[in-house]
Amino acid sequence: MSNYIIRRVFWIFLVMFAAITFTFFLTYVIPADPAAQIAGPTAGAREIENIRKGLALDQPVHVQYFNYLGNLLRGDLGRSWMFRRPVSDAILGALPASTMLALAAGIVELLIGAIIGTISAVYRYHWIDRVSMIFALIALSLPSFWFGLILLYVFGFLIPIFPLGGYGGLQHLVLPALAVGIPYSAWYARMLRSSIREILNEDYVRTARAKGQRDFRVILKHVMPNALIPVVTMWGMDLGRFIGGLALVEVIFGWPGLGWQAVQAAKNLDVPVVMGSVLFVSAIMAVMNLLVDIVYGWLDPRVRLS
Amino acid sequence: MSLLRDRVALGGGILVVAMFFLAVGADLIAPYDPLKQFPEGLTARGAPIEPNAQFLLGTDNLGRDLLSRLIWGGRISLTVSILANLVSLAVAIIVGGAAGFLRGAVDTVVMRTVDIALSFPTLILQIALATVLPPSIGTVVLVISIFAWAYPARVFRGQILSIRERSFVESARSIGASELRVFVRHVLPQLLPTVVVYFTIRVPSAILTEASLSFLGLGVPPPTPSWGNMILSGYQLYRQAPWVVLFPGFAIMLAVLGFNLLGDGLRDALDPRERR
Repeated sequence: MSNYIIRRVFWIFLVMFAAITFTFFLTYVIPADPAAQIAGPTAGAREIENIRKGLALDQPVHVQYFNYLGNLLRGDLGRSWMFRRPVSDAILGALPASTMLALAAGIVELLIGAIIGTISAVYRYHWIDRVSMIFALIALSLPSFWFGLILLYVFGFLIPIFPLGGYGGLQHLVLPALAVGIPYSAWYARMLRSSIREILNEDYVRTARAKGQRDFRVILKHVMPNALIPVVTMWGMDLGRFIGGLALVEVIFGWPGLGWQAVQAAKNLDVPVVMGSVLFVSAIMAVMNLLVDIVYGWLDPRVRLS
Repeated sequence: MSLLRDRVALGGGILVVAMFFLAVGADLIAPYDPLKQFPEGLTARGAPIEPNAQFLLGTDNLGRDLLSRLIWGGRISLTVSILANLVSLAVAIIVGGAAGFLRGAVDTVVMRTVDIALSFPTLILQIALATVLPPSIGTVVLVISIFAWAYPARVFRGQILSIRERSFVESARSIGASELRVFVRHVLPQLLPTVVVYFTIRVPSAILTEASLSFLGLGVPPPTPSWGNMILSGYQLYRQAPWVVLFPGFAIMLAVLGFNLLGDGLRDALDPRERR
C-alpha cells in the first residue's frame, strides 16, 4: 500500500514536470511578443526592449526554462505580468472561489443524479423511467456556459430571484452551480440507474426482501451502499476537474475563480500565471485521482491497490 | 439490424442527417446572405429585431438574419468538429496502433505519454494555444485535435492487443506477409467498427470545444458565423435580445444530442461486447 502511494506521488511529480515543460515550450514557439503586449500599443521600441530585459525574456529559451525550474524548486512561481503580484498570491486568491463553485456544482450533480437515477431504476419500464432518461439525454447535451446564460436570463432577469452574476454568498452561488451541476448530473443518473438495476437482481437483495423488509429500506440499506462505490470515484475526479476547469461558466457569471483567471492571463499573454495555473490545476487533478483510488480500495475491499 | 430497431438511435441519425443537409445546402436553404447587415434589421435605437415574418428567428447585434447565420454557422461548426475528429483519430490510430501492434518499449513510452496527456488541464492549455496562434479555422481544428487523440489512442491500443492475437493474423504471417501488410490489411479492418463508434461519440465534445473557444473570442474569427461566436455576439445584450443567444445554443444542443444518440446506437450495433 505505501509502496503504491509512493509510486503514485512520484507519478504526480512526473505529470507536473511534463505539464510545465509542455506549457513552457508552447508559450515560446509562439509568434506573439509578450513584452510588446505588456508595454501597450503606444510604447516605443526602447521601452519594449527594457521590459524584455527586465523580465529576462532576452535570454535564450533553455536558460529561461532552467531559471523557471530552479525558481519553482524554491517554491517561487514568479510574478504575474498583468496582475503585478506573485503568481502564487493570484492562484491562492482565486482558489476559494473555485473550490466553492466546484463543491456546490458537485453537490448539485450528485443530488439530482442520485434522485433521478434511483427513481428510474426502481420504476423500470414505467413512463417515469423513460421521462428521466430523456431528461438525462437532454441535460447531457447542454453546453453549460449557454445553459448558464439561459438561467441568468430566466432567474436573474425575467424572474429576479437571483443576482445577475458576481461573486458572493449562497445567493450568487446557486445559478452557476446549477449551470454546471445539471448537465453533469445526467452521467450520475445513467450510471446509478444501470448499477442499481443490476444490484436489485442480487441474491442478498432478494434475501432482504424475503425477510419482509420494505422497499425503501432495501434500497437505502442494501442497494445504495454498493451502488454508490463507483459514484465516489467519479465524483472525486469531477471535483478535481471542476476546480480549474469551469472557465466558461466563471466568465459568464463573473465568478473570480482559477479558470476565469487563467482565461484572463492567457488572453493577455501573462505567461507566468498561465504556467502557474496549469501546474496547480494538474497537481490538484492528480492528487484527487490518487485520493479517489485510495478511498475506492478502502470502500471496496475486493480492489487490491498495486 | 438492431440499429434500425432502436428508435432512439434512429432519431439521432435523422437529427444528424438533417444537420448535414442544412450545412451542405446552406447556399440554397438560407433565406439571406449570412453577412448582409440589413438597415431594417435593427431598431431605431440600434437593437436587434425580434423574430418576425421577414426574419424568422430575428436579427443579431449587427442587423444580420439570425436564421441564415445559424444555417451557415452549422456548416462551419460541423466542418471544424469533423476535421478535428479526423485529425485526432488518425493520430490515435497511428499511435495506438503502433503501441498495441509493436508492444515492447514503444508500447510503454506511448501509453505513459497518453497517461500524461490525459492528466493535463485541457481547457486552459487550449485557451493559451488559441491565444498565441493566428485566429483561423485551421487553428481551431489544431487546438481541438492536439488534446483529443490520447483517449481514443488508449482504446484502440486495447483493441489491437486482442486483434493481433487472433488466428487470421497468425495465418497471414505464416504465409509470409510483411508486418506492415499484416497491420494494414488484417488488423486495421478489424478496428474499423471501433473507429466509427469513436468518431460519432467524439463529435459532441469537438462541437462543445469549438463553441467554448469561439465564445471566448478565440475560435472561428468573425464575421464568419459559427454557433459559438454567434452566442458571443449576443452575450452583451442577452437581456434585451435573448433570441440571439438562445437559438445558436439550441442548435449546439440538438447537434450534440443527435451525435450522442447515434453514437450510443452504433456502439450497441457494431460493438457486440458492449451489448447487454
